[in-house]
Amino acid sequence: METRKIEIPVMADMAARGEKPEYLFWVGCAGAFDDRYKKVAASFARLLSWLGTSYAVLGKEESCTGDPARRAGNEMLFQMQALQNIEIFNSYGVEKILTICPHCYNVFKNEYPDLGGQYEVINYTAFISEKIESGHIDLDASVLDGAKITYHDPCYLGRANEIYEEPRALLRSLSPNLCEMERNRSYALCCGAGGGQYFKEAEKGEKEVFIERTEEALTTGASIIATSCPFCMTMITDGLKYKNREEEIFNYDIVELIVKSLKI
Amino acid sequence: MTRQIVFIIVLLATLGVFSYTAIRVIRLFRLTRPAFAVGDIGKRILLTLKVAIAQSRIFRRPFSGVLHALVFWGFCLILFGTIEIVIDGVIGAERSLQILGPFHTFMMAAGDIFALIVAISIVLFLARRVFTNIARFSGEEIKRVSKIDATFALSMIFFLMISLLGTNASYMALMNAGDEQIAGAYPAASLFLPLFAGAGDDTLHLWHELFWWAHILLIFIFANILPYSKHFHVFMSVPNVFLTRLDPPGKLPNMDSITREVKLMLNPETAFEASPAGEEPGRFGVKDAEDATWKNYFDSLACTECGRCTAVCPANITGKRLSPRKVMMDLRSRMKQKGNAILKNGRGYDDGRSLVRDYISEEELWACTTCNACYRECPINIDHPSFIVDMRRYLVMEEGAAPGEIKAIFNNIENNGAPWQYSPEDRLLWAKGLEVKGD
Repeated sequence: METRKIEIPVMADMAARGEKPEYLFWVGCAGAFDDRYKKVAASFARLLSWLGTSYAVLGKEESCTGDPARRAGNEMLFQMQALQNIEIFNSYGVEKILTICPHCYNVFKNEYPDLGGQYEVINYTAFISEKIESGHIDLDASVLDGAKITYHDPCYLGRANEIYEEPRALLRSLSPNLCEMERNRSYALCCGAGGGQYFKEAEKGEKEVFIERTEEALTTGASIIATSCPFCMTMITDGLKYKNREEEIFNYDIVELIVKSLKI
Repeated sequence: MTRQIVFIIVLLATLGVFSYTAIRVIRLFRLTRPAFAVGDIGKRILLTLKVAIAQSRIFRRPFSGVLHALVFWGFCLILFGTIEIVIDGVIGAERSLQILGPFHTFMMAAGDIFALIVAISIVLFLARRVFTNIARFSGEEIKRVSKIDATFALSMIFFLMISLLGTNASYMALMNAGDEQIAGAYPAASLFLPLFAGAGDDTLHLWHELFWWAHILLIFIFANILPYSKHFHVFMSVPNVFLTRLDPPGKLPNMDSITREVKLMLNPETAFEASPAGEEPGRFGVKDAEDATWKNYFDSLACTECGRCTAVCPANITGKRLSPRKVMMDLRSRMKQKGNAILKNGRGYDDGRSLVRDYISEEELWACTTCNACYRECPINIDHPSFIVDMRRYLVMEEGAAPGEIKAIFNNIENNGAPWQYSPEDRLLWAKGLEVKGD
């Protein structure tokens, strides 16, 4: 198979050419700036390009959704961000937004409508599931060689939006060996990063939440801990380092595993 | 006749005390802020049937869940008999609802069987409290009085059930002795019939009167004590489910007052648009009990301190001070104190204390990950996270008080559109040199 370079389409460039993509791929702050998670953003973009999806990113015009500000109590800052983003979306006539970060997904889907921003917001797990169903993606389960995978539910996909089964269905099509942590789905334990916690030291306590969760993941005996949120990824990866297990147990985002299996 | 008069006086006294309590509670509710419009009645009824009537969420903890469901369903069924007792007492009749025929027989039998089931469940609940150590029954917020409150209510329910079974059994014995027709069916009480074997008519009559009065008086007393304890739950929980905020749990309520201000900043021309009349710019967020919405206060009254929320809270599990249950209990006790003082001294009343800081510390508020585990776990849909965020809103927007790192992300978001200090110019670095295989 040939390898080709891909150019990530940018909304402003397309608009200058008088074109309008079907989807806005919202990369998010972690996709843009977190070294580990940049690879996840790149994986999803590569998948989109491979599929020939009509999409674009905002690039330099992308800004914070305002989610961490809102959850940390700064409603003023959240709404400033939201209204400015909505203005940009509307100026490009955005109708469908693809997200990889559950926090961005939640805020667009559930909170922007209050401020006049009504879009079809699609989480990448739903997008990929649909592509599998419609026959555009045919996964090769042999690539992971039946590796034992456990899945950590991010709060903002799981409890907040009740997306529990799509990520699991994707993982099951990658390996028959999907195992659950004791606390899973609506019972899942937070990684400890939500509500602004990611950006600060935890309050005084006996233990870090991410260590508690990583230990739970380790007891499953899985060799891959799959995540679907940039902040969960940082927490779980840190947990593995803390436990000195990062050499043998790997934390991947679901889309990275999909791309791996597709060998693209 | 005397019996009827005594009963009516007792009933009126009960209703009188209850009305007094209800008015006091309503006046406290009047101090609270608006929350949301209660629409979608159909959806709410379905939710109530599922979560309250079918007890869907309580089964997340199967053992105590089943026991609780049995007690709840028992209460619902026994309510029919209670209504009959009140009618009987007022009109001086015996089992007056027997005019309903087979339905009456069915309800009597169901109530009777459940009286025994509830009594057994209560014994198990009490045994669990006394002989086992359940982590969620302790914590910073669970004082001795909370434990006494719980044990007292359980004991009260136990005696309610025993007196009901006693009433039914002595009624059957009395009817049998006089060769009269028994109205209704009492399979559980009939197990206790041998206890009345050989008793004379007068003795049976005395026993029946004793059980009957004990049962109804306990109900009257219990109903009037409930609103002053955590067992207000009995009245408030089902309505609390009906009044659930129907948004997805991940959605925080929008602050419309802020929207107006922000729109003004972004587009000064809108300054000339009429702002909604009669709206005074209140405090941002929640500092004290009266800043809470009616729904927050409803939540706090419906809470029975079961601690399922705290048991799943990631912060609490890992030894941080935050306990969602405590947040609700603090709101309830602060409202009792401050709310009543406001009612006495007027709106401007200030005792130099507040819910935030004097009851709920900043440390607790900043430990929340907004993971919604507490909200999801609560058997009656108490929404702790949005209330916690409301208190953060006060701290941040009124006082500028937040941990340093949080202030830093505010600055970064404002200055460069990301929580980190990276330039928007670098937002596409990840996209450099990407390749893909295939055609």
